[in-house]
Amino acid sequence: MSSVTDVAPVAATRTPGGEPRRPRKPRGGALLALLAWLIGFLFVLPVLWMVLTSFHSEEDAATNPPSVLAPLTLEGYRSFFGIGTGANPWPSLLNSLTASVVSTAIVLLLAIPAAYALSIRPVRKWTDVLFFFLSTRMLPVVAGLLPIYLFAQFSGLLDNIWLLIVLYTAMNLPIAVWMMRSFLAEVPVEILEAASMDGAGLLLTLRRVVAPIVLPGIAATSLICFIFSWNELLLARTLTGTVAQTAPVYLTGFVTSQGLFLAQVCAAAFVVSLPVLVAGFAAQDKLVQGLSLGAVK
Amino acid sequence: MSGHVRPAPAAVAAVVVALGLSGCAGWGGGPTGGGPDTINVLMVNNPQMEDLQQLTAEHFTAETGITVNYTVLPENDVRDKISQEFSSQAGQYDVATLSNFEIPIYARSEWIAPLDDYVEADAEFDQDDVLAPLTASLSGDDGRLYGEPFYGESSFLMYRTDVLEAAGIEMPENPTWQEVAEIAAAVDGAEPGMAGICLRGQPGWGQVFAPLTTVVNTFGGTWFTEDWEPQVDSQEFRDAVQFYVDLVREHGETGAPQAGFTECLNNVVQGNAAMWYDATSAAGSLEAEGSPVKGLMGYVPAPVVETDSSGWLYAWSWAIQQASTKKDAAWEFVSWASSREYEELVGAELGWSRVPAGKRASTYGNPDYLAEASAFAEPTLAAIEAADPNDPGVQPRPAPGIQFLGIPEFPDLATQVSQDVSSAIAGQMTVDEALARGQDLAEDVAERYRERESG
Repeated sequence: MSSVTDVAPVAATRTPGGEPRRPRKPRGGALLALLAWLIGFLFVLPVLWMVLTSFHSEEDAATNPPSVLAPLTLEGYRSFFGIGTGANPWPSLLNSLTASVVSTAIVLLLAIPAAYALSIRPVRKWTDVLFFFLSTRMLPVVAGLLPIYLFAQFSGLLDNIWLLIVLYTAMNLPIAVWMMRSFLAEVPVEILEAASMDGAGLLLTLRRVVAPIVLPGIAATSLICFIFSWNELLLARTLTGTVAQTAPVYLTGFVTSQGLFLAQVCAAAFVVSLPVLVAGFAAQDKLVQGLSLGAVK
Repeated sequence: MSGHVRPAPAAVAAVVVALGLSGCAGWGGGPTGGGPDTINVLMVNNPQMEDLQQLTAEHFTAETGITVNYTVLPENDVRDKISQEFSSQAGQYDVATLSNFEIPIYARSEWIAPLDDYVEADAEFDQDDVLAPLTASLSGDDGRLYGEPFYGESSFLMYRTDVLEAAGIEMPENPTWQEVAEIAAAVDGAEPGMAGICLRGQPGWGQVFAPLTTVVNTFGGTWFTEDWEPQVDSQEFRDAVQFYVDLVREHGETGAPQAGFTECLNNVVQGNAAMWYDATSAAGSLEAEGSPVKGLMGYVPAPVVETDSSGWLYAWSWAIQQASTKKDAAWEFVSWASSREYEELVGAELGWSRVPAGKRASTYGNPDYLAEASAFAEPTLAAIEAADPNDPGVQPRPAPGIQFLGIPEFPDLATQVSQDVSSAIAGQMTVDEALARGQDLAEDVAERYRERESG
């Protein structure tokens, strides 16, 4: 008899499989969904507009009011890839890829141990350490630009991709440490204790217990670092020249004060943002877990 | 720890790929990168430069063996980058596009190399063919030549002959600004959506203050007197700006406070303006194949009031960095890009309307060019030849320049004042308020120069 009284209330919040049952959709559910889609659409609209414009001719792209239904052309993409113009985007794209990927890898190598020492096995005064990391981001980049430029000039590092790699690493390290710390802090102490009681050493614990839990966090952190390095313009424009030029600098080269350039720039911007989009989609499932911080199951 | 937290396999693969591929890009840079037969050129992204980039490999590198690496940036960015690069003499770039505004200033600081010896040794180049006002404006205070023009321009008044004819108005051969204002009033709205005149209103020393400073000059005004007294709130300066603001507010284009060269060009091409006072180089676009106003435009000299002429002078030019270790190769490139042969090459390969004109007298004797540009060739040449950067107004000036004053502080000063002038065009401020603030800014600049001269 008691089982009946036990089961009845539980069934209201749990499915027979034990999963939490979602509350029944309120009346305004459809309306809310519509609103969510609408807001989502508003956010994506500029990007869609950019993609559409990139397939228009310069003349159609410049009209006011805008000509949405103008014929499509690949002219903007032809000029981006330098067909018939003598320009070549590949060195810039490869430079960006090198700077972003290498600096992100170095950032992870440095940030994960640091974050471990700030969360799972906190060092003394770990809050001060965290604040110190963050304080390095408080100086505006532009304030350090001239000293960095002069340093690069005297050390012969101008127009060298390694300089950007070092700077991007420094730029992203504080963010990565902060992000990774919060992900590592999600690892329950009980699991670590259980692992150690089962006789797992440090390395085994890290590999078999910690790593699976924080992997989404690592993916999210890598993507953020990759995006920041990939999109960085100020340092790249100042410190590179013909050899180490990155993609954003190449992209700005399409802006001209004489004549039309909107379609070309849209095409260039779309191509340059593709790698980030691809990386984002590739890590999508991990990202959703990572960025929602609910990684512990 | 790091060895045991494995990044996603995709990221590892990406690193490996990047390391492998980037062997050919970005490594081992530095000032001497690229070998002795490679020069680095930093240039503004204008259509003429795009054409140059397109023609270089086949027609320059193939003949001379000199590889040219270009960095192309928008105008404001390229100015920042050049001043940073040249002031530190970093030596990354051998050649850069500078205008006749920067060249005398850079020459004074010895950031760019004098070209006289090269010009003398290179008879083929024919410096005498280069228009005299350009040679003068690309020389330093020491009388030596520091730049070679790529293309030059002055300013003139462009108007729709069909619209004026329909209104029964005849454009004077040498119009005054008052006459232009009357015509603008008469043709305002002659066709639906058509403004009487298009004038730049966008903030910026190179935007609104390019045409506006020439108006100030011919109204008898100046930014500074010869002994550095600021004149921004003088009666002449105020009359000129008031006239300009009134004209553009009453009979100018819609969206004037944001309109620059490009916007005005679009307005005229789309039939939204009956007249336009701007760069002579605009005529090439107006008369280009497919332009709806091709053959409908007339061209007369820049309107005047108290001076005989008031067209400006501007030339994107090549200068060689003093710290460059490859000056000979750099001159090879400069002398090719600024040559008559290059103009003929562009004419043959890309069409005569795309020739970087406005710099050589021979261009205006070339029948092929004249066949394409007959509508505006003569007025353009006359405007450039009439320009006198050393005496553009009614009084002596402390530094050369027509639509600008050749001092390093001018871009900042004029850009700040232009914000207020643009606000006045938008109706958010009076001209007197704008210029009173401008006078304070100009006084700061003048004070420094007065101190320097007395000290």
